[in-house]
Amino acid sequence: MKDAFGLPQSLLVLGGTSEIALATARRLIARRTRTVWLAGRPSPGLDEAAAHLRDLGAEVRTVAFDALDPDAHEDALGKVFAEGDVDMVLLAFGTLGDQAHDERDPGAAVRVAQTNYTGAVSAGLVCASALQTQGHGSLVVLSSVAGERARRANFIYGSSKAGLDAFAQGLGDALHGTGVHVMVVRPGFVRTRMTAGLPEAPLATTPEAVAAAVELGLRRRAETVWVPGTLRVVMSALRHLPRGVFRRLPV
Amino acid sequence: MPADTVSVTGWGRTAPSAARLIRPRTYEEVALAVRECGARGGIARGLGRAYGDAAQNAGGAVLDMTGLDRVHAIDADGGTVLCDAGVSLHRLMEVLLPLGWFVPVTPGTRYVTVGGAIGADIHGKNHHVSGSFSRHVLSLELLTADGQVRTVVPGTPLFEATAGGMGLTGVILTATVRLLPVETSLMCVDTERAGDLDDLMARLADTDHRYRYSVAWIDLLARGRATGRAVLTRGDHAPLDALPRRVRTRGEPLSFRTSRLPAAPSFVPEGLLSRTTVGLFNELWYRKAPRARTGQLQRIPAFFHPLDGVPHWNRVYGRGGFVQYQFVVGHGREDALRRIVRRISERRCPSFLAVLKRFGGSDPGWLSFPVPGWTLALDIPASLPGLGGFLDELDEEVAGAGGRVYLAKDSRLRPELLTAMYPRLDDFRALRARIDPRGVFVSDLARRLHL
Repeated sequence: MKDAFGLPQSLLVLGGTSEIALATARRLIARRTRTVWLAGRPSPGLDEAAAHLRDLGAEVRTVAFDALDPDAHEDALGKVFAEGDVDMVLLAFGTLGDQAHDERDPGAAVRVAQTNYTGAVSAGLVCASALQTQGHGSLVVLSSVAGERARRANFIYGSSKAGLDAFAQGLGDALHGTGVHVMVVRPGFVRTRMTAGLPEAPLATTPEAVAAAVELGLRRRAETVWVPGTLRVVMSALRHLPRGVFRRLPV
Repeated sequence: MPADTVSVTGWGRTAPSAARLIRPRTYEEVALAVRECGARGGIARGLGRAYGDAAQNAGGAVLDMTGLDRVHAIDADGGTVLCDAGVSLHRLMEVLLPLGWFVPVTPGTRYVTVGGAIGADIHGKNHHVSGSFSRHVLSLELLTADGQVRTVVPGTPLFEATAGGMGLTGVILTATVRLLPVETSLMCVDTERAGDLDDLMARLADTDHRYRYSVAWIDLLARGRATGRAVLTRGDHAPLDALPRRVRTRGEPLSFRTSRLPAAPSFVPEGLLSRTTVGLFNELWYRKAPRARTGQLQRIPAFFHPLDGVPHWNRVYGRGGFVQYQFVVGHGREDALRRIVRRISERRCPSFLAVLKRFGGSDPGWLSFPVPGWTLALDIPASLPGLGGFLDELDEEVAGAGGRVYLAKDSRLRPELLTAMYPRLDDFRALRARIDPRGVFVSDLARRLHL
């Protein structure tokens, strides 16, 4: 059960090897979280992440979950909810893809979209329904500023995040008053494995900063969280730039 | 029976959860609601004055008991009342005062139900004389998970689990309560200031026994030498001959009059209660109190329930709500109290409703809060940065001193600390497992703290 500050006692991470998710889990374990489910494709990385969180004092279990296999979501996640209340679901899986390569390989591009968008739609709906039954819980969705306005440089990833973001906002409205809180988190450039080797964008941030913003958002029952917060203003300006100008921006 | 799925919070307006709100009008409807409450169980709710999540049940049923509001019988000679659990103390005062009787214990609000008063085993300013509410309960009827209505009397395990049991043993349907005789509806109040915490504790320890009611408002924002400065208000029901002649002869010494200001607006910007505004309020409140005044006549609402004069006063904390923290540490652990007061004062928590009180003996309930010692209660806006971690540190201090926090006010305790704070918790769990094996009665509080 969450406490007065929105801190969960049990956490389900979808995308159990995500660095942002694990930073968030570490932060929440230091506060109230005692039970963690890491859902992801079975891999040594997933087990390693579980072992690391276990060392911090949480009871951690892994569950096989593949964003690209939506037919199995109901079963895989149903198993988790059957074991007890989940106070917070962190939807953190996603893939950046390789824009230049994916533009030439539509199959790869579709996989990016399926992971980031349709996979999240399916998993999001399964979790939303389970949370609604238990009458409480937070669904935290990791979106991205890239979804705010698609850029030439990564519009495949950006468009998938745009879809996810719109989906999560709508889901939040649909669940308003059901005791379930949906929070959309829009980080800017986060220094992780996923972005390693890429040129760093302005206002770059860290997984730990995203985790801190998530904790604050939970306390405030926020619906949207930007990380860092200044991105809200920046993106608000960028959103209104004429296409011709936006296209020429070196971002 | 009408049942709506609604979002429910406690008085502190934090941690909302959704539940089917059922409003039974008869005992049969209560029994039906309990029988049909489903896999996520049910919990009784009164007027929602518990600050935290005690009367919430995410995904399950919440039984709004205020529909059962009949006063069945008053023994005007013997001084007892038999009433439904949904009757408020406000209603009891309206009915009983003209007959020369008063409720045995009243908390800082009279908008609590009799059922809630027993479930939280509430205390008042007279705890050092009269103990908690359940000490004045002669018997009660409890609907348990098996659908039976049991008559429960003091001295039995079920009574001791139910008093302070946060509604987790069953639904209280009626209660017979022993009353206090009064000659008038006015209070005779002595007010004095204490310059710092030591002065305050000395005054409370030395002279509390002279008063039936005693409480100290404490300025937790005062620092340095003024740390813990306070205004003590203590008194008793005014005897008839203390009243001015005109009131006595007009024959209304027992009239119960209340007045209410307009309600707090539904939207209040966050941060209205900041260190500056609360600091200013506290300064004025302290300065306006007389250094020493005796024998002032006050009405019951002014003395006991000043905040009831502003409906929905809990809204002044804004959308983020607030956390109420109340703990007790035993006699001999004044060092812990001093440390905690100093830490709160150094941290500059904007708290304008802090009160310190000296408790009398322990109460019968296994999860009853009071133990002989000192209790401090304070309100803090939930949005204060770092508040969660800070209160966790205070919990450690309280538990280390053998103290405990009050479940009716809690919304954030770490469950690991609970067994240390409530040594009879295992008995409580065992009794619940026996009489409610399927866990029909459950609340968000019970889920959070594994009660």
